[in-house]
Amino acid sequence: MQRERIKFLIFAVLVFSAPLLFNGGYLMNVFVFVGIHTMLAIALNLLLGYAGQISLGHAGFFGLGAYASGILTATFGWNPWLAMPVSALAVAALAYLIGFPILKLKGHYLAMATLGMGIIIYIVFNETIDYTGGPSGLSGIPNMSLGGVSFDSDIKNYYLIWTCTLLTVLLSLNLADSRIGRALRAVHDSEVAARVMGVNARLLKVQIFALSAVICSLAGSLYAHTMTFLAPSSFGFNFSVELLTMVVIGGLGSIYGSFLGAALLTLLPEFLRAAHDYDIVIYGGLLMVMTIFMPGGLVRGIPALVRALTSGKRGGGNA
Amino acid sequence: MQFDQLLQYAVSGLSTGAIYALIGIGFSIIYNATGIINFAQGEFVMLGGLFTLTFLDLLKLPVWAAVPCAVAASTLAGLVFERLAIRPLRQPTPINLVIITIGGSILIRGLAMLFWGKDTHSIPSFSGDDPIAIGGATILPQHLWILGITMVIVAANRFYFYHTISGKAMRACSYNPRAAGLVGIDVRRMVLFSFVISSAMGAVAGIIVAPLTMTAYDVGIMLGLKGFCAAIIGGMSSGIATVVGGLILGVLESLGAGLVSSGYKDAIAFIILLLLLFLRPQGLFGKRESERV
Repeated sequence: MQRERIKFLIFAVLVFSAPLLFNGGYLMNVFVFVGIHTMLAIALNLLLGYAGQISLGHAGFFGLGAYASGILTATFGWNPWLAMPVSALAVAALAYLIGFPILKLKGHYLAMATLGMGIIIYIVFNETIDYTGGPSGLSGIPNMSLGGVSFDSDIKNYYLIWTCTLLTVLLSLNLADSRIGRALRAVHDSEVAARVMGVNARLLKVQIFALSAVICSLAGSLYAHTMTFLAPSSFGFNFSVELLTMVVIGGLGSIYGSFLGAALLTLLPEFLRAAHDYDIVIYGGLLMVMTIFMPGGLVRGIPALVRALTSGKRGGGNA
Repeated sequence: MQFDQLLQYAVSGLSTGAIYALIGIGFSIIYNATGIINFAQGEFVMLGGLFTLTFLDLLKLPVWAAVPCAVAASTLAGLVFERLAIRPLRQPTPINLVIITIGGSILIRGLAMLFWGKDTHSIPSFSGDDPIAIGGATILPQHLWILGITMVIVAANRFYFYHTISGKAMRACSYNPRAAGLVGIDVRRMVLFSFVISSAMGAVAGIIVAPLTMTAYDVGIMLGLKGFCAAIIGGMSSGIATVVGGLILGVLESLGAGLVSSGYKDAIAFIILLLLLFLRPQGLFGKRESERV
């Protein structure tokens, strides 16, 4: 527990001091997205890594949060600080409602059902042109502001979003270490066994699904107020797969792994400009290679690799 | 609403439905042999259409030669996919299988994008575009090709599974892989076979539909999902139930697009899919009535 706290503190200090090194550069803008993607990857990881339930529709919840905040503030003139929790509550209610029937399904069927859900949400974004602007997008979303300070620059957004991301990390670490976290892992390993031990597996799965959706919705609201413009293409199936790739690369069930995966996949296209057209080839290849060769993700795979290499050099293999 | 118009929607719905049926049967064959839902199934549909384009345009082959070549090329891709993605998997848990087939699917889609570009391509019809009038509706010769080829394939499929040793062996694997192994069936080979057959069927579906709908590197995902929906309606049977499922879906979609709103056309399939998964995951016809091959 003490070690976890120290790890988190180091992480937080690094996050808050990063702008001292990179301020001014366009990298700050990229880092803002790393923060949003980290929240989303953690949300999916809570569901996939801890409870063992896959979702291929999480881009939909992200989009719902973004559009709800965007429409409430841009069209109806709400205060962003009010729109954000209202959107999150609405998404929570929806996820709760969908959660009960959808989480009865397992494995492949759950994957297909969540995929279908995500695509339906995406179609709604495209078709409800009166509200969302359809494929041409929704513009004029205000920046957030607090006590007269408007979050209108990369550096201000960086601190706003990373504060939320760190809170998400903290919440998830605590959750993983709590009774709920243990119950989730029990459900992951064997739902029947968990039930026998007195875990209300069905309710628990729905609750974690709803929590995961809420985090996505909050990330969506932050995204909307940072970008001030939304288009449906950001919330399609490809983005759900991108989130899945982040979680798998980092490591299922590892919170810092989700950060690592999100950071890698967000920074990669920035450093490899040429990689822009190849992005789905790269995601596809990464998903396959990681699943075959490093099913534990980078956070477990790299230390294991290092151990294997160093013990190999000693020639003993007695590690 | 005129009767002619309804008939027109029904006819075009039936031919799209036949395509969904072929793709759905491909899903079912792999699912029954291995328990895997192959998320890359739609990509073989896309490959079928685009390979035909290449053989027609680049190599200047006539249609009757280009189509078998395209099926062969897509089938080869299916075989390679099984070898490189499914077989090396050390922990074949459902989640890993979902992740790896999705990875394979977007990898194939991405490679297709690099190879064929992002444009939409058209393929000439097999035998002209002169419409044929039936009652008040008109159909294209390509519609007849689709329905005819689907019927032939479904019949061939049935023959394979019930009257050949290899087909019976595959059915044995679907009932109990371990027992099948004990009586001398090479289960891994049957798994490979199931991928070969279903990628070939997917490719055929992609080829026969391409002259009507055009094709592009990203058509696989929607066609694949609708094929899956057909298979779910049919209770994952690789026989007639999935064909009926595909036809129902095709007609509903066509009617929905014509009578309600074309923008929500794609949503219809997914709403049906979700409702069925929630209410009748065993398929519309129940487990007993549908044959599981």
